Amino acid sequence: MIDVIDLKKSFGKLEVLKGVNVKIEKGDIVCVIGPSGSGKSTFLRCLNCMEDPTGGQIIFHGVNIADMRVDINLHRRKIGMVFQQFNLFNNKTVIENIMLAPVHVGVSDLRNAKLHNFFLPLTNMFRKKKNKKSALEITQTKAQIKEEARKNALHLLERIGLSDKADVYPSTLSGGQKQRVAIARALAMNPDVILFDEPTSALDPEMVGEVLDLMRELAEDGMTMVVVTHEMGFAREVASRILFMDQGVILEEADPKSFFESPKHQRTQEFLSKVL
Amino acid sequence: MADIAIRWSKFWRSFWINEGYIRVFSEGLKNTLIIAVVGLIIGIVIGTLIAAVKVMPKYKILPRILDKILALYVGFFRGTPIVVQLLLAYFVIFPMVGINIGSINTCVLVFGLNSGAYISEMMRAGIQSVDPGQMEAGRALGMSYSVTMMKIIVPQAVKNILPTLGNEFIALIKETSVASFVAVVDLYKVFTEIGTSNYEYLIPYLFMAIIYIVLVMLITLGIKIMERRLQKSDRRN
Repeated sequence: MIDVIDLKKSFGKLEVLKGVNVKIEKGDIVCVIGPSGSGKSTFLRCLNCMEDPTGGQIIFHGVNIADMRVDINLHRRKIGMVFQQFNLFNNKTVIENIMLAPVHVGVSDLRNAKLHNFFLPLTNMFRKKKNKKSALEITQTKAQIKEEARKNALHLLERIGLSDKADVYPSTLSGGQKQRVAIARALAMNPDVILFDEPTSALDPEMVGEVLDLMRELAEDGMTMVVVTHEMGFAREVASRILFMDQGVILEEADPKSFFESPKHQRTQEFLSKVL
Repeated sequence: MADIAIRWSKFWRSFWINEGYIRVFSEGLKNTLIIAVVGLIIGIVIGTLIAAVKVMPKYKILPRILDKILALYVGFFRGTPIVVQLLLAYFVIFPMVGINIGSINTCVLVFGLNSGAYISEMMRAGIQSVDPGQMEAGRALGMSYSVTMMKIIVPQAVKNILPTLGNEFIALIKETSVASFVAVVDLYKVFTEIGTSNYEYLIPYLFMAIIYIVLVMLITLGIKIMERRLQKSDRRN
């Protein structure tokens, strides 16, 4: 689904990624681990072009989204992202946080379709007979879009066990609750893949569990995930593949069992002996 | 003391008995408020747009050009007194291009452009005070830069700079007293007229000062209420 080819990224003179090649298939749960400064967060942020790559390609559903001419916003709708610092919208309630993007996307699509249909007689005048375009179908009104998004959001809140928090502001939630809402917000767009950028690193040890449990559930439902994490236990248990990064390259790529039990690369052995 | 009594009776005659108060409220106060309120709204819109351009990433050519043009604009409106801008607009620029939009509209426009220049800097500070993660989260959900700006960043920025914005509104209300330079009948103008009618200025000007103070106090109160309402997303409630 995501095909990363020779991905390079540098900040000024500092070269952070020095040619990364990965293939992420549907249903994969890829855990990226490595020492700090190894470029794993940058790699993850390049996958949805939060950082524009300076070289290489990222093929998502057959389109190279690293190309600056591509409308990245269209593709980001299908790539969810969960941040270390949660980044919930502070001026919106929990349910508004979850609804915001689906409603915006639905309404702007509706508006574009209406505009298209409105100007269609005019634009079709200049087209040859076989090229004439037909009107786009409009199935929902604005109110229906909102209602559906609300229903979906409530359903998601129920799933993460925070139905009673729908109308409170994020500042009143605990860290673990915030992160679960952030995951629900990503899920609300029905993404094909979710990127997790150290989702448990800013949490109290006590709250790590609830977030990891939710991620485990997602994994069981077959969601494709790319997780940058320091939770070795989680990686070992849930991941279908593990990438070990150091100095901007992927040193080792293996399934969890062979990765943790018989690491091949010397640097990997060093790292594992320190963290395990 | 007798002196004050005579002055008061003179003022009372022109203000109440000769119905000067009608002109005070239906023209002076009205025009002052129109110029200040509409000017502030124009200023906020312009200021927000300028600030949004200023904080844009600068690796594309268009934002860079826009940035330079807007720097000129801000430089001009902050570098010259508002009286000069009013006179320039009313007596030089509009006659030269041959449009006549009336003195009040000219005032509204000039005051709007002027406060836009000041508000742009406040707004920029406000936008930069919002956690960059908010923008990242919005962009990661597939919303464009401008949509995230308008729906997420600017509301939080406005909340942060509300006290400063209130300051700007207060300054604006008081600055409108120069509108009479271009023949607008504002508060200052009507009270001067009342004074001129019987050569008695002391009490009319005192009265004018009181009206300005009451206006400013009302604005202060309004801002406090707004702040309290916007604070409901904070923890301390």
